[in-house]
Amino acid sequence: MTQTEETTTTGGGRGGGGAKTAMRVIVPLQGVVQGRGGLVLGSIIPCALFYFLQFYLKRHRSEPDPEPTPPDPPAGLHRVQSRLVLSPRGSGGAAHVSGRANSVARQADTPYYVGLKRVSEDPYDVESSPDGVIQLGLAENKLSLDLVQKWLAANARESILGRDLSISGIATYQPLDGLMELKVAVAGFMSQIMEKTVSFNPSQIVLTAGATPAIEMLSFCLADAGNAFLVPSPYYPDLDRDVKWRTGVEIIPVPCRSADNFSLSTTALDQAFNQAKKRGLKVRGVIISNPSNPVGNLFNRETLYNLLDFAREKNIHIISNEILAGSTHGSEEFVSMAEIIDSEDFDRNRVHIVYGLSKDLTLPGFRVGVVYTFNENVLVAAKKMARFSSVSAPTQRLLISMLSDAKFIQNFIKTNRERLRRMYIEFVDGLKQLGIDCMKSSGGFYCWADMSRLLRSYSEKGELELWDKLLNVAKINVTPGSSCHCIEPGWFRLCFTTLEKNDIPIVIERIRKVTES
Amino acid sequence: MTRTRSDTESDSPEQTSTGMRLIVPLQGIVHGRGGLILGSLIPCALFYFLQFYLKRHRSPPPEKPPPSSSPGNSAANLAVFPRTLSRSSLSVRGSAGHAHVSSRADSIVREDDSPYYVGLDRVLKDRYDELKNPNGIIQLGLSENTLSLDLIEEWLSKNLSNSILGGGLSISGIATYQPFDGLLELKPAMAGFMSQVMERTVSFNPSQIVLTSGATAAVEILCFCLADHGNALLVPTPYYPGFDRDIRWRTGVELIPVHCRSSDNFSLSITALDQAYNHARKRAQKVCGILITNPSNPVGNILTRETLYSLLDFAREKNIHIICDEVFAGSTFGNQEFVSMAEILDSEDSDKDRVHIIYGLSKDFSLPGFRIGVVYSSNENVLVASKRLTRFSSVSAPTQRLLIAMLSDTRFVEEYLQTNRKRIRTIHSLFVAGLKQLGIQCIKSTGGFFCWVDMSRLIRPYSEEGELELWDKLLNIAKINATPGLACHCIEPGWFRCCFTTLREKDIPVVIERIRKVVETCKTI
Repeated sequence: MTQTEETTTTGGGRGGGGAKTAMRVIVPLQGVVQGRGGLVLGSIIPCALFYFLQFYLKRHRSEPDPEPTPPDPPAGLHRVQSRLVLSPRGSGGAAHVSGRANSVARQADTPYYVGLKRVSEDPYDVESSPDGVIQLGLAENKLSLDLVQKWLAANARESILGRDLSISGIATYQPLDGLMELKVAVAGFMSQIMEKTVSFNPSQIVLTAGATPAIEMLSFCLADAGNAFLVPSPYYPDLDRDVKWRTGVEIIPVPCRSADNFSLSTTALDQAFNQAKKRGLKVRGVIISNPSNPVGNLFNRETLYNLLDFAREKNIHIISNEILAGSTHGSEEFVSMAEIIDSEDFDRNRVHIVYGLSKDLTLPGFRVGVVYTFNENVLVAAKKMARFSSVSAPTQRLLISMLSDAKFIQNFIKTNRERLRRMYIEFVDGLKQLGIDCMKSSGGFYCWADMSRLLRSYSEKGELELWDKLLNVAKINVTPGSSCHCIEPGWFRLCFTTLEKNDIPIVIERIRKVTES
Repeated sequence: MTRTRSDTESDSPEQTSTGMRLIVPLQGIVHGRGGLILGSLIPCALFYFLQFYLKRHRSPPPEKPPPSSSPGNSAANLAVFPRTLSRSSLSVRGSAGHAHVSSRADSIVREDDSPYYVGLDRVLKDRYDELKNPNGIIQLGLSENTLSLDLIEEWLSKNLSNSILGGGLSISGIATYQPFDGLLELKPAMAGFMSQVMERTVSFNPSQIVLTSGATAAVEILCFCLADHGNALLVPTPYYPGFDRDIRWRTGVELIPVHCRSSDNFSLSITALDQAYNHARKRAQKVCGILITNPSNPVGNILTRETLYSLLDFAREKNIHIICDEVFAGSTFGNQEFVSMAEILDSEDSDKDRVHIIYGLSKDFSLPGFRIGVVYSSNENVLVASKRLTRFSSVSAPTQRLLIAMLSDTRFVEEYLQTNRKRIRTIHSLFVAGLKQLGIQCIKSTGGFFCWVDMSRLIRPYSEEGELELWDKLLNIAKINATPGLACHCIEPGWFRCCFTTLREKDIPVVIERIRKVVETCKTI
């Protein structure tokens, strides 16, 4: 009952979050009704609470604003026409923004975002700023941009306004969910990335302005405000913003541990699911990233099947973020959820795949994301929602010809994987020299490094202290595990794909300074 | 009290909104008439019944399908056959179900397309082409301007390669992560363009600009920022048919129409605003702002300085926001002066934080395919929040680079704006003259890509039904897609929006001839 009480009192005080508060008022009551308390208790308590709430409102009703009601303009003062005359109330009312905007605007940046900001203010450059901060915090891959540049230099003009293309193909309104030609090209690229183990149907693709809106769109489609998704932690730090901010959906972390190599266990999923149910939260799905971000490991076939069994048993959805599918560097085989689904026909409508060109084609600036779903309703809704984040037509034309250039793409994928692998090996070796071990990973742009040995106190505080030292003393921006909701302190995500080969010794040297102190 | 009850009964589909409404009407009672006792007795009783209801319904499976979708879902459930657990062994509860989508997605999926969208769809399938498809449908339903694309094409063919990857630009300027709310260089270029469009009567501060992927996204972001789920915006009707989707779908914000009438030339009256506002208050709905389009879409008239001032007074008095959609600011063709809300604000310092301007390049620069929208706000909180929300709708970097080069070429922009205005004016007067020959009048308009046409003489009965019948005839007999007034929430039947900026001069006689056919059948009835 403590929860009921707490929410009711806040109901009186806060300005914006009216909807959310009220919802919580109802939900806990259901717990009472459905189970223990029964009818009598379940109605007496809310009655009493309501009485007090109203008493409170009554007493505070003369106050101008903080009530959750429409702000009452004090009636006494009347104002004259604007211009010339000074408005007596002019300075009185600051126009209020919505509760949700307020919480977005006020949300404190986690160390992840603080670090990114620091780098953008003072980036390292070998010549112009050798004391700047080196970026290991952003999952971006610059290893193969030379290939893209070369292609663009040769083909950019032709692909946007080429022989068969006219101005009306880029200037006028285009389908908001993406050009069909691009969908076909992206489907081909996806299956090429996955080594032809799956084929993707272009008509199940919705294109969005980056994978970020793709995830948000799926959250809108699969869950209502107040529902929740289960997410194995550590998970990538942006997911909180992507899923929670506008949709009102909540995330329930399912902790994975270093003892299991941070792999997902169905037991942990089940526990989290039951706990959520007890709290009256409706779980609508599981969100995984495969290859995992930030750990870099892959889901094996067995785990994927188990996950699907779990989802079926609970009748919930699975969102599989496979944006790094083509950025694997180990010998382990990547298995797409789409491949699993091929043999499990009945469960197609609960599986949704997120993809994008930001990682595997190393073009985050282009903002191209993909929702791939087998669920007809989700497909229709997502296509309609694409009006809010569609991709610019010139970019789409550019990508159509880039992705259709089979020779270029094949060469790019091969070269990029090779460079990624080499960089990974060198970086991990460097860390090893310092006595820092990484989780064995086979995908992604990062290592998940164990620095717990270096913590002064084995706690989140100790971790942040180390993060601060790395940022301010060593001038290296890394992402601490706490930003990824890792429950064990001392883990850090280090992205190595924005480095050049000769940066590695510098990075290692800088870290050494901290390890020695 | 009827309202409270109906809310309680429809409880589970949208718990959030229901819960909120449950509390709000009670406050009305507390604040005024009922007093404490009534205000607590009634909710107690209602709660008792609610719980009784829940108690009775508690046995069905935990996944209670949201009632709003019940017909469809139960049908879907029938289709589920018992299935085996993957890889051979039997699942105990495997047959449980069809994975449900959220109730908001469900309502989007099920929402019927209004005639506006039906018409657009029809054109897609059977578009008129002088040579290839002379019996196809002519598009007058999409407000798009293709009159001056030749100028853009010419510029692009000269400068395209250089502006994306040329000169001092490197691959990392387009391929890598860029600020989500727009490139620092594009913002001043955009600010300059906006003030050029408004004939230098205002200057815009680049740091107050947030770039989004299209004005649609800009409108939605502002709604997220200014109103919470269940709050409302006042919107003068007739309004742009896309607003219903832009605003209601994901933000949960409601639109309250403020009706304008032909007798006032569809101009906005503060009295009507006030009425709508009070009406909403009585229904205990919180009004957070007013949404206007200037030049108005679909009417094409311009708000006078006087109206803008009174609007601001009204907003101040009620302490609400103003969202001013000025995407057509540069597409005016009359001699009436366009006044931006930004100009009004320059002289009204205290109200800066309640005015927010929407802009974009889809109309004035004829580039809807580029998807460029602008939120312009002086409200610090709105700016911070919308910058953060642009992660969900940012503009592709190659396109931004292209536009930086294009908008910075002020000579080209000046020439473009002038020529474009001239061409809109010519086609507008041709089109209006053509309609006049048929005895069809338009509201005098000075901006936009459309006429607001009075065909009430041709409809029978004089009702929504008659209007739809005429719309159907235009679409299927005359093969012309026009937008009927009801898609714009116009309160008087018989008005249509006809966009003329995708036509060439020689298309106009064809269009007029096609309309004549329908006019004649109407007369013979």
